[in-house]
Formats: sequence, C-alpha cells, structure tokens
Amino acid sequence: MNRTKKCAVAVVLVAAVSAAGLTACSSGNGDGSSGGAATGGATASGAAGSSAALSAALKKGGALTYWSWTPEAKTQVAEFQKEYPNVTVTYVNAGSGTDQYTKISNAIKAGSGAPDVAQFEYTALPQFAYGGDLVDLTQYGLGQDKSLFTDGAWGNVALGHGLYALPQDQGPMALFYNKKVFDKYGLTVPTTWSQFVDDAKKLHAADPSSYLTSDGGDGLFASSLIWQAGGHPYQVDGTSVTINLQDQGAKKWTSVWNQLVEGQLLSPTPSWTDDWYKQLGNGQIAALVSGAWMPGLLASSAPDGKGDWQAAPMPTYDGGPAVSANYGGSATAVVKGSKNPELAAAFVQWLSENDASLKIFMDNAGFPTTVKQLKDPSFADATNAYFGGQKVNQVLLAAANSVAPGWSWLPYQEYAQTIFADSVGQAYANHTDLNAGLVAWQKALVDYGKTQGFQVTSGQ
Amino acid sequence: MSPIPATRPRASAVRSRAENRTGWGFVAPFAVAFLVAIVAPIAYAIYLSLYRQDFFGNQTFVGLSNYVRALSDPSLWGGLGRIVAYIVIQVPTMMALALVAALAIDSGRLRGWRFFRLTLFLPYAVPGVVAVIIWGFVYGPRFGLVGSVNTLLGTTLDPLSPRWIIVAISIIATWEWAGYNMLVYYSALRTVPTELYEAAAIDGAGAMRTMFSVKLPALRGAIVITLIFSIIGSVQLFNEPNLLKPIAPNAITSDFTPTLYAYTLSFAGRQYSYAATVAIVMGIVTAVIAYIVQLRGHREAMR
Amino acid sequence: MSTSRTGARSSRPRPSTTLLVVLVLMTAYTLVPLAYLVVNSSKTSGDFFSTFGLSFGSSFELFANIGHVFSYDQGIYGRWFANTLLYVVAGGGGSAIISLLAGYGIAKYAFRGRTALFAVILGAVAIPGTALAIPTFLLFSKVGLTTTPLSVIVPSLVNPFGLYLMWVYSRDAVPTELLEAARIDGSSELRTFAQVSLRLLAPGFVTVVLLSIVATWNNYFLPLIMLSDPKWYPLTVGLSQWNAQSTGTNAQPIQNLVLTGSLLMIIPIVAAFLFLQRYWQSGLAAGSVKQ
Repeated sequence: MNRTKKCAVAVVLVAAVSAAGLTACSSGNGDGSSGGAATGGATASGAAGSSAALSAALKKGGALTYWSWTPEAKTQVAEFQKEYPNVTVTYVNAGSGTDQYTKISNAIKAGSGAPDVAQFEYTALPQFAYGGDLVDLTQYGLGQDKSLFTDGAWGNVALGHGLYALPQDQGPMALFYNKKVFDKYGLTVPTTWSQFVDDAKKLHAADPSSYLTSDGGDGLFASSLIWQAGGHPYQVDGTSVTINLQDQGAKKWTSVWNQLVEGQLLSPTPSWTDDWYKQLGNGQIAALVSGAWMPGLLASSAPDGKGDWQAAPMPTYDGGPAVSANYGGSATAVVKGSKNPELAAAFVQWLSENDASLKIFMDNAGFPTTVKQLKDPSFADATNAYFGGQKVNQVLLAAANSVAPGWSWLPYQEYAQTIFADSVGQAYANHTDLNAGLVAWQKALVDYGKTQGFQVTSGQ
Repeated sequence: MSPIPATRPRASAVRSRAENRTGWGFVAPFAVAFLVAIVAPIAYAIYLSLYRQDFFGNQTFVGLSNYVRALSDPSLWGGLGRIVAYIVIQVPTMMALALVAALAIDSGRLRGWRFFRLTLFLPYAVPGVVAVIIWGFVYGPRFGLVGSVNTLLGTTLDPLSPRWIIVAISIIATWEWAGYNMLVYYSALRTVPTELYEAAAIDGAGAMRTMFSVKLPALRGAIVITLIFSIIGSVQLFNEPNLLKPIAPNAITSDFTPTLYAYTLSFAGRQYSYAATVAIVMGIVTAVIAYIVQLRGHREAMR
Repeated sequence: MSTSRTGARSSRPRPSTTLLVVLVLMTAYTLVPLAYLVVNSSKTSGDFFSTFGLSFGSSFELFANIGHVFSYDQGIYGRWFANTLLYVVAGGGGSAIISLLAGYGIAKYAFRGRTALFAVILGAVAIPGTALAIPTFLLFSKVGLTTTPLSVIVPSLVNPFGLYLMWVYSRDAVPTELLEAARIDGSSELRTFAQVSLRLLAPGFVTVVLLSIVATWNNYFLPLIMLSDPKWYPLTVGLSQWNAQSTGTNAQPIQNLVLTGSLLMIIPIVAAFLFLQRYWQSGLAAGSVKQ
C-alpha cells in the first residue's frame, strides 16, 4: 500500500511579479524539437480544436464526478462552477495513488460507481489506457492542444495512437542538497556521479551517522535514474512489451549505484517516515535526488532545515550537458463509461489549460506542464525561503527542459512497483549487486506480462 | 439419540418435529447470513479458481492448472514457512500473557484489578491502522523509542530489519490481542461455580492448588478455543505486514504472508483467479491445522 | 473491593506484590504506545515533526486539533463517525443477536443436521477472510450491492466466534430442566426463550455484544474494498486515507490529525466497555446454575 510518489507537488511560492526577463527556457526538450512555444498558449475555452462543441457542452451543463487527491482540486472545482453554473461537479477524494486506482478498477469491473474524470499518475496511465478504460480525447479535438504543453509532458499522455489524458503536473529531477552540511565537511557540489560517490564516501567516513542521500529501494526511483542514464528498459507497442533492465542505461546506473549500495553509503531509513523527515531536517541525510515537488515537502515536513538547502542540476555520467528525468507527476483523464464524456472532456481541458485553474494549482505549489505558465517570469524568479532565497524554479525549469526523451512506462507499472522489493529490494537490504536484483525483477515482470496476455520479449 | 420408548411414541415424534422446527427457526437468521456472506463467495471463489483472466478481459477455463501452480509456488510456501515461525513465536507468548493476567485478575489478590482489566483490554479497541502508526514510531531505530534505547545502551537494534521483522510483528499482534484473550479467559473463570471453590477450601487447598485443580481445568475449553482461533488468525496474518510495508519495504516482500500474497495478486496483479486459488489452498491448510489442534485439545481434555 | 470467592469464610487473602509487579509491567507494555497517541494528539503539526515522539510540544493543542479533525475536509470526520455507528449497530448488533439465537438453538434443540451445520460454520472460519473479500466483492457487485452500506453490514453479520461463545453459554448457563419445566407449564418455545433463557444468557450476550461492537468498529479491510465513496467510509478507512495523504509527494502533513482522530475513535469503545462491564458484572447469574 505504499504510495511514495504522488502527484508531483512542486516548487515554491509564486512570489509577486518581478520584472526580470524571460529565462532561457524553451519548451522543447533535449532532442532539439522546436516545441512551438511561440504563441505562448491560449486559454482553454475558445482555443484549439473543436472547442465549439466543448463550449456548447459546457453551456448546456450536466453533472460530473471528479476523483482526485490534489490539494487544489476542491478550489478548482469551485472556480469552475462559478464560470459554468450549469455544470455540477462532485469532487471526491477517493484515496491517493494505488488506493484510488484500485477503486476505479473495481468500479469499472462492477459496471458502476466509476467517476467521469479522474487523476492518474503518469506511471499508472498506460495500464488504464491500454486496458481500454479511458476515453480517447482526440475525438474532442484535444489533440490539437499539444502546443500548449511541453513535449515531455505530452509524451506521457499521448500513448499509442491516442490521447488519453491532459497533463497536470510533472516532477523533473534535480539535486537538492544541504549546503550547511556540505560546507561543514568540505564537500563539493557534485556535477558528475563519480563526484557524488566521492562525496558520499567522504561524508560517511567523517560522520558515520550521516549519509549523503537515502534510498531504501523504490522501483519508480530506480526507473527514473535509469531513464536519466539513457536507458529504455520498458518499451511498449500495443500489446507487445519489451523489457530490458540490463541495457546500457541500466548498467550505467548500477555501476554508480552499486558503489553506494555495496559500500553501505545510503541511509537505510525508508522514505516518508518520521525518522526520515527528522534526518532531513537535522542534516543527517545531506542531499536528495528527487522531483520538483520535493522542496514543498521539505518546507512542510522538515522545518528544521529551513535556509540550509540549495538546488542544483542532477549529476551527469560524463560531465556533459545536463540531462534529467521525470519522477512523479499526474494527468487528468476521462473514464470510459462516463455518461457525459463530452462534458467531461471539456472539464479536463479547463482544468489543465485555463489560467484561473492553473493559478490555483500553482498557488498550491504545483509545477506546471503548460508552456505559458512555465515561461512566466514571476514563476522563474520566485525565491524560496527554505532554500535560502534561491530561485529554485530556474534549476527546475532547466531540468524540465533537459528530460531525456522517448520514455515509456509498462502497462503494469503499478504491479512492477509492488514486487520491486521482492527482487531488487533484497539487493538493497543485503548490500549486494543491483544487477542480480534487476535480472530477477525482469524475469518476474516478463512472466507476469505473459500470463496477462501480452507478448513480452526479454531484451538482453 | 437414544431409542424412543414404546410407551409414548406419538408425543416424542411430535416433540422431535417441533424441536426440528424450533431449532432451525432459531438458527435461520444466522444460516441465511452465512449462506450469503460465506458460502456464496466460497462457491464463487472455487468457480473463479478454475479460470484465468488476463489484462484484456479474456477469461479462459484452465481447470486445475492454477492449483498445480499453487502447489509448487515458492512465494506461497515461503509465506507459509514464515507463518509457522510467526505462530511459534507469537501464539504461546500471547496466550501465556493473557492467562497470567486473567488468573491474576481473578485471584482476588491483585490490588486495582479493575484498573488492570480495563487497561490491558485497551489495545483491542485500537484499529490496526492506528496501531501500526504508533508502533512505527516506537520501532524507529533513530528517533523512535528503539532509537532512544539504542542511544542509551549503544546498541543498533532495528526491529524492522529482515532479521527481526517477524518478532516485531509478533510484538504488535500480542499487544493488540492479549487483552482480548485475557477477557475470554476471565469470562470463563467467572463461570466457575462457587461450590467448587468452597469444596477446595474445605479440602484445605491453598491458592496454587486451587488454581491448578479448579481454575485451569475450567479454562481448558477456553484455552483450546483461543488457541484454535489464534492459530487461524495468525495463519491469515495480513493487516500488520500490509500496514508496515511502507516503513519496512525490503523486510516485507509482496508475498510475505500467503494472505498478503493473495492480496497482491488481486489488487496489484489483477490475477483474481489465482488469488482465489491461493485463498482456497490456504483455507484447506488452515482447516487441517485447526482440526489437528482441536483433536489434540480434546485428547488432552479426555485425560 | 475484591469479589473474591476464595476464603469467603477465612480472612481476605493478602494482596500479592509479585502479581502487582507483573501486571504493572504488562500495563507499561500496553500503555506506552497509547501514551504516544495521547501526547501527539496534543501537538501541532510542526511540533510533531520536530519533537521527540513522547515529549509534549511547545503548546497544548488537543482541543484545537479536535476542532481541526471535525472541520477538516468539510467535516467529513463527523460523517465517518456516523457511518461507523451505523455499521456497528446494524452489523455488530445484528451479528450479536443472530449469534445469540443460533447459539441457543444449536445448544438447546436437537434438530436434524445440527452437528453438520455447526461443523460447517466453525469450519468456515478457516477460510482467510481477506482473500475471500475479492470474490465477495465481485459477487456483490453483480447484484449491485457494492458502495452501499449493505455491502459492509451483511458480511459483518456473520461472526462464527460469537456463535461459538453463545453456544457455550447456552449450554452451560441454561439448564435443560428449566426449559422442560417451562414446556410442561405450557409455555411456547419463544416465550420460554424470552422470559427464562434470555435472563440467564445475559452475561454471555453482553460479552458477545461487546466483541461484535469492537470488531465492527475496527472493521477495515472489508469497507475498504467495498466502498468507493468516502461519504460511506467508516472511521478506519477514513483515517487511513488521511494517513496516506500525509505521506508521499503531495503530502499534506496531517499526522497529528490522524492521531487525534484515532484517539477520538477509541474513546467510545472504552466507554462501551465500561458501561457494559457494570451490567455484565452485576447480572452474573452463571456459576450458581451449573450443576
């Protein structure tokens, strides 16, 4: 029942508008595609596609049920109903992550009780999309809204030949470190992973109760790091799946991470526990490689560390140009079986593109996926008190723009996550070679996929 | 039933029919609920276990192949092995504590026995979710109670490590259930007729003798039944490992106990049929164990 | 005042220090975790993360926390509380009643199929309830029962252990001679039950009621999978949802609310026990009846 990665809560306060110029961030990601940022995006209602049909649906009105666990959902719904009084949206918090997905699956199976609109993390979206549980939004013209979002975010929702959701937030990864601890022990801010390992050794030798970072074993974290290393362990094409957890990227990651695991340089404290927050607060865990939502969490749950932390780009393997990956993040989709899918699609569009909706979202520390909001100078220049006044969003924007392209999640990533501890987790626990764990995990995933009716190839 | 005397056949026959009707009448509500809530799902589970569903919604008949898979499934039998270890540790400890407490409270020699009876029962009122949150803190090896012990004594205890996790869970389960079992024993003790105590006193029996000759025999039935139910409950161990998993992710694998395995198969893996198979296999194993325990228990009682 | 039965004629037995020490140790084992619950219900969220678990925070916030618990998320906690009461009364109370009837029936009436029925019922306890939940859910959803309170109430009506307890009590506390006597006097079975047996069964029944109440009050897994609408959740599922909300990336740190909410949850059970304990104790007729 572990839900460690919820919808990406991101960075920080959007402070008062500052007059600074646009930061150099294009909406495209590392592969150089132009990403069409020129128009800066328009607001939803009245924008791209068959908006006429959607506007008509909104005016006509109706009733919708919306399941989500974000903190801003209720306020967004209230705002929406102010703009469109003919539509009644019932907001329900049916649990976070897996809890909600289980309920949706059960409801779909039972034939009743499923919501019209629901939040899905990117890692869970393929399962429902390929399972035929979500409405393809291209029929409502939403495919034409591609230019409003970053390519990276869009890649998470445009699966196969359809569009199954609109992005909500994202979690581009960066390095967050405790400057006070770094200064105390003379650690350099690592730009490469080998420097990172050196720092880990140095810190732990100087103070055995401190660790550079914590990692008790998490399938999504490991996947994201393999992603950053250039790996493509999961490839999906309709009903055929290829799994290769020992490809070049994976091997790159393990060559670094094994040094930490086998060298017992990782804090064994499990994430999200009482002990973990306390150790973050008092510096015994000196850094975290995590998503854009981590600063908000640090501020609320590790208050003792205020002012001590800084953000920097993720270390790279070769000291070359920055490359990042995504960790967490969700989208909003229309569930099949909805009695009013057109209205539901209109609501999804409003939620994901409307300026008022997005303002509420960002006020709640959401890290946006829309080009317009990302390019807003007030966003880029916001200072973060927890990070000693640093303009953390600049680091995160750069990360968002350097997310490696071409990534997929498995149609059964949730299951993969659940059984990670059985194989790779044991390598963490016993401080042994991660590759052996990955091989075992891969075998279990291949076997499972076959039983579930996929054509699974084990890439080796 | 003894043969009906020939002198009053009609009355007895009428009595029997009436007895049948009344008996079934009293039992009917329970029987109906039982049919709906237990028998029907079991039947459905058996039906499910003969099929297999896949991701795309196809359901195929596979006969007994799920059972064949279950019988050689290392996850299932590994989990069962852990359960045996768990039962051996947790059940006797908990029952001993509950017995001692019940006897002490019933002895009349304990000051403030009402207070103890109430406090020991309290954990039973605490829902599992809350219990695990609390114990999660207690077990924290850095900042929890265990952490404080570690700092004081210079040890590096970590109850949530793979080595000690079964003991850690046993401690939580004992905490939750000892008070309940104590209550069962105490209730049984309260039904002991005073004449027996008077007879023992007349015979000059002291407290110890009374306990062994009067109280413990009176508890025999309660002990056997709590033993059976504790074992059955322990075989089905699910709540504590499931709720502890987030804070002991590598110590508690997704197949840590057979029930957790069935849960993972159903909710994470969507393999409902195989999960049903696991449940049925576990049910049979549990029934066998319970039957054996009951046999031994009655054999003891007969001596 | 001790209700000792030993030595009614001789002097009151000496209180034992050994027993006291042993019980005090047991009580420490019991109460320290509960102390954590109480202490942290009185802390603010900030204090929860920065102070040691068993120390109090910088200010005493119990009443503020209680207020937060009831107002958070538009007062859904109050609704969860009401739901729990519904499930307890209908499910737990219903379960105790049908266990009483069935236990009595099995003990006192030699009807055909009695042994088989009893064996089947007790045997059903062996099936792991958790794993049975999925087929129960699938079955109930075919009938359209899921997401309604009935999906929680009906399964909780079946409590084989309660049945067993009532069987034992009926067998031991209600002498067949009394029933025979009543029959000879011309009383109907139901009347006999209501006027004669019920009184004798009261202590056992109260125990079963108490156990049923606690079981349904703390019922977690079944409502978790049956109910998808939070407005029907019992407190266990609701609090666990709040707890899940306190962890992970979108975390809203409300652990202190979870703990306060949990503390509030326990109080009614304790109260019920205290209240029923008095009744049960004073109504003790068993013991003088057994031959």
